[in-house]
Order: sequence, then structure tokens, then C-alpha cells
Amino acid sequence: MEIFVNGQALQVPDGSSVAQAVKLFAPTVEPGRGAAVALGDQVVASSRWSQTAVNAGDHLELLTAVAGG
Amino acid sequence: MSDDFSIAGQVFGSRLITGTGGAANHDVLERALRASGTELTTVALRRVDPAARGSLLEVLDRAGVQVLPNTAGCRTAREALLTARLGREALGTDWVKLEVVADEDTLLPDAVELLEAAEQLVGDGFTVLAYTNDDPALALRLERAGCAAVMPLGAPIGTGLGILNPHNIALIVERASVPVVLDAGVGTASDAALAMELGCDAVLLATAVTRAQNPELMATAMRHAVLAGRAAHLAGRIPQRALAQASSSWQGLARFGAA
Repeated sequence: MEIFVNGQALQVPDGSSVAQAVKLFAPTVEPGRGAAVALGDQVVASSRWSQTAVNAGDHLELLTAVAGG
Repeated sequence: MSDDFSIAGQVFGSRLITGTGGAANHDVLERALRASGTELTTVALRRVDPAARGSLLEVLDRAGVQVLPNTAGCRTAREALLTARLGREALGTDWVKLEVVADEDTLLPDAVELLEAAEQLVGDGFTVLAYTNDDPALALRLERAGCAAVMPLGAPIGTGLGILNPHNIALIVERASVPVVLDAGVGTASDAALAMELGCDAVLLATAVTRAQNPELMATAMRHAVLAGRAAHLAGRIPQRALAQASSSWQGLARFGAA
């Protein structure tokens, strides 16, 4: 199925979790290590990435700290 | 002389807060951070780039500074709230530098959205350091909303125009019960010193250092400027006068060639 991570279309197996989608999109990102995910308007705590399913058409925002401010 | 200050009960030895934006690379940033003596530095939250190399957080860890996530780029309270929650999740801190700007050309705070965001974030348990206009009334509203610090701008972000309305900054300082941090507009060391002379508790700057021709040296200058401005504030300046007042006595003045 197709989901969107950071605005980019990404093919993930049916029944994938947020953790699996993140792994496919950015293999170096690990839960709880400086990154955060919003699924739609909701923050998904890193402790729940593996238990949270993604559905076709979902929009994930995967953010991290960058220079700024 | 120990002259610590605290925000929300946390004590800082340095009154210089830095941002991390604008540096040519992580090495330049790390050297500037170390030279500045800062203990607290802001970061922005942006989409993960899978191809990116090097972690900003590792740089900040090495430099031993505490990370303050911001909501830069947010235009509404809703965006700021979600960004702040993502920052809390990513970085494990409930501190946030709240920025809600009205437009990309001025980056001036949108007062209505800012206040609404501040109220919601405080209600959600955040320690909110609010970037705000040089508006004494709005600063008070933010304080009453529960912000841990108010951070009025000296001039628009990145302009280096200094403190355009020192009178308003002084008014904000006079009325505030929470720390006042002069944020944005600093161009050079004298701007930072002036902020402290006006009674601000701290200065937050980024571009003035990161985009200086020699960021490390400018960071050193800013560290000294903040210390000097603070000391001058505590020391109590002389009143300004219209006419000269000799510091050498007139008494005993030679009268050359006098009979």
C-alpha cells in the first residue's frame, strides 16, 4: 500500500506499523533517539511506533532537530 | 562574582542563550558554541532527510549545552502546539521556545496566535519561553498566561538592526516578574551589551554569531558583551547631563604667566 512520509510517497507492506514505515524511509532513525512522528495531527510516542498501524493514504511527518532559531 | 539567573527554577551560569541556525557547518557551530560559553541553545524541528550526514544533537552533546526546541516556521497556534509536542517527544524536554510568526518577510510574532499557543502549551505542561514583540502589554499577557520567560525582539530576526525600541524593552523589564530575554535583532556586541544594560536577564542570538565572518571570535565578543552589560546594569550608570562636568578639580589650577 502507499503512504506518505514527509510528503513523499512510500510503498509499505499491508499491515505495517509506524516503526516499519520509519525504518523503510530512514533506516538510521531509531525510536526515542532525537526523532518524532506525527500521524495526521497526532504525535505517536516512540514507545508506540511498533504498535501503531498505518493505513493506505496516511500522512506521516517524521521530524528531527536541525540547526535553527 | 556569581551572577546566576534562572528560568522555571533551573539555574544558568551564562546569560547568553544561542541559536544554532546559520552556521556554515557543524564544526564552525561547535567552536562558536564553546566560545560563547552558552548553556542553552535552540534547535528547530524539520523533516528527517534520509541522506543527511552528521547529527546536530551529537554536536550539542559534545559542547555540553542544553537543547531548547523551537517552533520556528509556525504560523498558527495549532501548528505551534503540534510542533512543540513533536519537539518534546524527539528531545525529551518540555521546554519550548515558542515562535508564531505572521509572515515570512518580517517574521514578526502574530500576537493573537502567539497568546493562544502560549495558553495551550502552558495548559499542556510545557515550560514556555515566548518570542514576542517589543510590546509591554503583550509581554504581560504572556506572563499572565504562564510563560516562564518573555523574549521580546530587539529587531526582526536576522536583521542585525540592534534594539530599535530600547524604551519598550526597558518598560517590559520594569513590569515583568519572569525573566526577560532579548531575542532577535542583535547584530554586534554592543547590541547585546545594551540589552543587558537595559536590565534584560539574558540575550538570545544566533545569526550575529553564526553568520559573522569569524563566528568563534564573535561568540567570544558576545560572551564578554553580555558580562559587561550585566555588570554595567548592576553597577548603576551615571545620570546623563546636557553640559560637561569636569572630573579634574578647578581648585589649584595653575595660572601661567600670572603676575
